Amino acid sequence: MNSNPLAIDVKNLSKSFAGKQVIKDVSIQVPRGKIFGFLGPNGSGKTTTIRLICGLLTANSGSGTCLGYDIFNNSENIRAKTGYMTQKFSFWEDLTIKENIEFVADMYSIKNSQERVEEAIHNLGLKDRENQLAGKLSGGWKQRLALAACILHKPDLLLLDEPTAGVDPKARRDFWDEIHKLAAQGLTVLVSTHYMDEAERCNEIIYIANGQIVTKGTISEVIAASGLYTAVVKGSNLNYLRNTLEKDSRLASVAPFGDSLHVCAQNKEALESAIGPYVNNSEYSWTYETASMEDAFIHFMSQAEKKRKVSK
Amino acid sequence: MINLSHQRIFAILKKEFLQLLRDITTLRIMIMIPILQLLLFGFAINSDPKNMPTVVLSKENSNITRSIVSSMITSKYFEISQDINSVKEANFLLKQREIIFIVNIPKNFTRDLLRGDKPKLLIEADATDPIAIAGPLAAIKTILNRAIEKELQGVTDLKSNNPNNFELRIHRKYNPEGFSRYNIVPGLIAIVLTVTGVMMTALSLTREKERSTMENLLAMPVKPLEVMIGKVLPYIIIGYIQASIIIATAHFLFTVPIMGNLLLLGFGLLIFLLCNLALGFTLSAGAQSQMQAMQMSFFLMLPSILLSGFMFPFLGMPKWAQVLGSLLPSTYFIRIVRGIMLKGANFYEILPNIYPLFIFLIVITFIAMKIYKKTLD
Repeated sequence: MNSNPLAIDVKNLSKSFAGKQVIKDVSIQVPRGKIFGFLGPNGSGKTTTIRLICGLLTANSGSGTCLGYDIFNNSENIRAKTGYMTQKFSFWEDLTIKENIEFVADMYSIKNSQERVEEAIHNLGLKDRENQLAGKLSGGWKQRLALAACILHKPDLLLLDEPTAGVDPKARRDFWDEIHKLAAQGLTVLVSTHYMDEAERCNEIIYIANGQIVTKGTISEVIAASGLYTAVVKGSNLNYLRNTLEKDSRLASVAPFGDSLHVCAQNKEALESAIGPYVNNSEYSWTYETASMEDAFIHFMSQAEKKRKVSK
Repeated sequence: MINLSHQRIFAILKKEFLQLLRDITTLRIMIMIPILQLLLFGFAINSDPKNMPTVVLSKENSNITRSIVSSMITSKYFEISQDINSVKEANFLLKQREIIFIVNIPKNFTRDLLRGDKPKLLIEADATDPIAIAGPLAAIKTILNRAIEKELQGVTDLKSNNPNNFELRIHRKYNPEGFSRYNIVPGLIAIVLTVTGVMMTALSLTREKERSTMENLLAMPVKPLEVMIGKVLPYIIIGYIQASIIIATAHFLFTVPIMGNLLLLGFGLLIFLLCNLALGFTLSAGAQSQMQAMQMSFFLMLPSILLSGFMFPFLGMPKWAQVLGSLLPSTYFIRIVRGIMLKGANFYEILPNIYPLFIFLIVITFIAMKIYKKTLD
């Protein structure tokens, strides 16, 4: 049963709430030991998909297995071997750090739980604060506590729903180092995020919008799939340029990045003809670059937005 | 649902206890509610009032009738207004609750008394507030006997006769069943336990939903029945503490008798507590927020007070109200407590009220397990 080399293997999942379809034909395959990033705008269905995979929600249609267990009939087995970190901190704020971890240990029927609890607290570096209420912890520490609690039962699969939202860069880096360490030990990770740098630390990414998968693959594959040609312009009056170019239907996106402007189009000709009038203007300096992950991301997002408006 | 894990049940139990102990305010309220209710019902409603407005309608004016009136006045229970003489007026005042008692002394009372004809003396009482009239009515027989005895000193053959040389008839108007605090205090156990038991369990699960810890709990391999048992057990202990406080206060402060077996009462209490807690759990499975759960338990509280026989005599209610009342666990438990405490009922005598609780418990647990969602759907 567990011979499936894919930790997550779901096909054509659909889910609607109160008649509104939020997930349409989502198929995801994640091989064991890989870190997959799950990207998409707010409300695109990332959380719902994660909940469908771990059996917290039941799909209306589709099929699939998680860790070799059927997601419809065997969610108890999936739960026992999966660590799920919710978007919102969901541990008991009126219990101490230690009590929370002990509780989790007992929920997963861990034998000799005391040792494991001690070990987890030690690894967390919270030995001196173990009797502090979890609700009193700062955002970063809450994330670390949640992660420690999620991996306490040594799961085979880790589902992380925007684990680093609102966490400072140092804590985020530490968090990701930990994720990579776990993946190296064979843990499979599916992590949803809005951060580009985090997406770039994943083996592959899945991009979802309006409940449908738009693209998936490695970073370079996703950028290639966007088919974007990008010109970067620096200069003095970028705001004026931005306002003008944004109205140009030949361009896919125009986005400011610090002191420069990224101008993207679906093909080279469109890009060249659109920026043509400004290329020789001495106020601006132009360079052609390959599209960045963020260009692709913004492009997918605005495309999805357009599609949504059209379908309305 | 078979194959429950002790480790998990104990973990939830421990977690609930810890959370309960950290929530001092709630804990304080849980202890205060029974005491406060008891003081309100026991003291605020005057349990032994004096100076009750009374009219004496005497068709005879003799030494004996005068002696009766003066004895009633000296007893302090009655405040007698003598200037009302018409039956119609007296009845009107009684209905208006201007007066509480009418004492009717018939024509030829003294003559019939001396003849040994056992004249009838009728007392009409406004029994809408049974607690108010309990004291005076309990004392009236002695008051009358003393007054008559004093007047008849010297009429030897009568005195040595039966002290019941007249017949006292008490007509409790408007509330024939006539509660007393003996009736209210045991019933109070049922009400307090219903209110706090249902509410606290209902809140304990919706709290998880509101704080989004429910999602976490659901993501863990814990079974619904394990959650239910772990969440309910702490409140059984609290329920026993509450019941002990009420029973002890009732017994020592209000001298409510405990005629029956306390262990038997403890057994009935267990089933009743389980019924309430399972009910609270079921409500919370249907509620989305603590507010909703609170409203649901209040919704349940009113019928428990009004239809269970706590406030109004059960048999005096219209049929439909009796049917509704029979769906409430407190209806049966009130009978069990009153039976055991006041009438010394044994196991076989409370059995007819135990088995409906069992049925209720099984049905409600089944419903709870059905609607407790293992998913977030």
